[in-house]
Amino acid sequence: MTTTEQFEAVKTEAPRRARTFARADVPTILLGLLLLLALLFPIVYRLPYPRDLAIRVLLYAMLAQAWNILAGYCGQISLGYAVFFGADAYTSSILQTTIGWNPWIGLLMGAAVAVLLSLLIGYPCFRLRGHYFAIATIAIGEIVQTLAINWDFIGGARGLSLPFRKDSLLVFQFQTSKYPYYYIILTLFALCMLVSWRIERTRLGFYFRAIRDDPEAAQSVGISITRYKLVAMAISAAFVAAAGSFYAQYVLYLDPDSVFPLSLSILICVLAVVGGTGTLWGPLVGAALMVPLSEYTRIHFGGTGRAVDLLIYGGLLTAVAVFQPSGLVGLARAWWRRRWRF
Amino acid sequence: MALLTIEGVTKRFGGVVANHKISFAVEEGEILGLIGPNGAGKSTLFEVITGYYRPDAGDIRFSDTRIVGRRPDQINRLGIGRTFQKLRPFRAMTLAENVMVAAMQHERDPGAARREALRYLAFVELADKADSYAITLSTGERKRLEMARAMATRPRLLLLDEITGGVDHRTIPTLIQLIGRLRGEGLTLVVIEHNMRVIMSISDRIVALRLGEVIANGPPAEVGKDRRVIEAYLGEAFVVPAGQAGDAPKPCAPERR
Repeated sequence: MTTTEQFEAVKTEAPRRARTFARADVPTILLGLLLLLALLFPIVYRLPYPRDLAIRVLLYAMLAQAWNILAGYCGQISLGYAVFFGADAYTSSILQTTIGWNPWIGLLMGAAVAVLLSLLIGYPCFRLRGHYFAIATIAIGEIVQTLAINWDFIGGARGLSLPFRKDSLLVFQFQTSKYPYYYIILTLFALCMLVSWRIERTRLGFYFRAIRDDPEAAQSVGISITRYKLVAMAISAAFVAAAGSFYAQYVLYLDPDSVFPLSLSILICVLAVVGGTGTLWGPLVGAALMVPLSEYTRIHFGGTGRAVDLLIYGGLLTAVAVFQPSGLVGLARAWWRRRWRF
Repeated sequence: MALLTIEGVTKRFGGVVANHKISFAVEEGEILGLIGPNGAGKSTLFEVITGYYRPDAGDIRFSDTRIVGRRPDQINRLGIGRTFQKLRPFRAMTLAENVMVAAMQHERDPGAARREALRYLAFVELADKADSYAITLSTGERKRLEMARAMATRPRLLLLDEITGGVDHRTIPTLIQLIGRLRGEGLTLVVIEHNMRVIMSISDRIVALRLGEVIANGPPAEVGKDRRVIEAYLGEAFVVPAGQAGDAPKPCAPERR
């Protein structure tokens, strides 16, 4: 091969390689950058407030992501997810205060309790379709909250305080600086993302989507719809539960009104819907936008007129529902397709 | 021994008897045509066989297994595939994904399932549209997609509901050819069809229903000449007493096609 030929070969090879590089690696690079930013965040922002905000963004993103597994992929809209959140928060806390169990074991026990609960709730409720399923989950959420308020063993309406201990990852408590909590919730959230990503790419994800699209047709190709709905619910309940345990350790105080309210169940749903249900990134996008936004509107408009912040928040929600029902991720995708003509 | 045996199956909806003591058998390897005027109970019978409706009485056996009372997904896994009269593609999925979901019953791995799905799509001549979405298809294409999806579960018996209904007449030859190729694959077929010319040409045997009862069962030529069949399709349409019109949905409506 002569030099010119080699040169020509390189010349034709180079742009092709550049193109494949661009296509395949842009998401990976973006993901790496995002992860780097996430890891650096507490180092750049050293004040407690932004750290607290970031922790709550990740907490809510995790809740929305977990909800998305059942509601987004599998199409079963539950409005009672606070039940699992509270179940683990209470389980791990009670195990600590009464018999002194380590909160990490409590977290796992609580997740087990939540999975069991999800199967008990899911089995009868999955006989209901669509709106009726959603209504049933609201009812169960309300029942559980009322039970918790009236159950003295778990502190009733007074709630439950967790004892202070030393700062250590082992006992899941950090009093002097809260930043380790940030890395814990980041890890938990990343795990939740990883599981969702994995589900999307395996048979489970295909079965979930088939059930969401058309349950009867799914049955006709041999999919047991009750079984796979229960699988979806159990997976997502486990993650919601883990987030509940994290919340208990973070705040060190819980009462039925803070972990079992209907408003929490609805917020979980709203975040995922705004971001984009049934998408991998929707819940994170929704939480990253809405959680700081609700803080911002509360700070700037909350004091004077009381409800102005809620008006703005509600208005935005309505705008998303009307103009882009597939959420912000859907909007971005549509724009991307138009821009690059995929 | 028959592949599918239906014995005395009765299905009521309130006061309406959709299937009344229906009995017939489907032999391995044959194509059985199921005909009858609108409201004769053909689709109801499909729903009963595939487990979507539970019969009020009677027994259904597939090979040696009783299938009454089993769930639709269990019945599918035993080896009965079906299409729907009112088509039900997975709307948010591509054609390939639609068929992959079915293929995953035997091929867990998405890559292998996709290869298998593409084979079935090629079989129904939709391979070139593998990556478009089901909502972009015409009715005829959707019917073929449903066939590919049902086949991907590797059934021994395939129930096809109204293969040419709502399909423009130029596509009908393609669909008839497809039925022939399905038989070539060793499948046993039960086909509901309104188009008499089509059903007469593809079936080995025809079972005719009227008002939920079997009125004829035999080779196409015989059934086509049967007085009760002709009457069911044409004769009584003109002499329906006003009081009986409400007994069953459109009891004696004439065949339009």
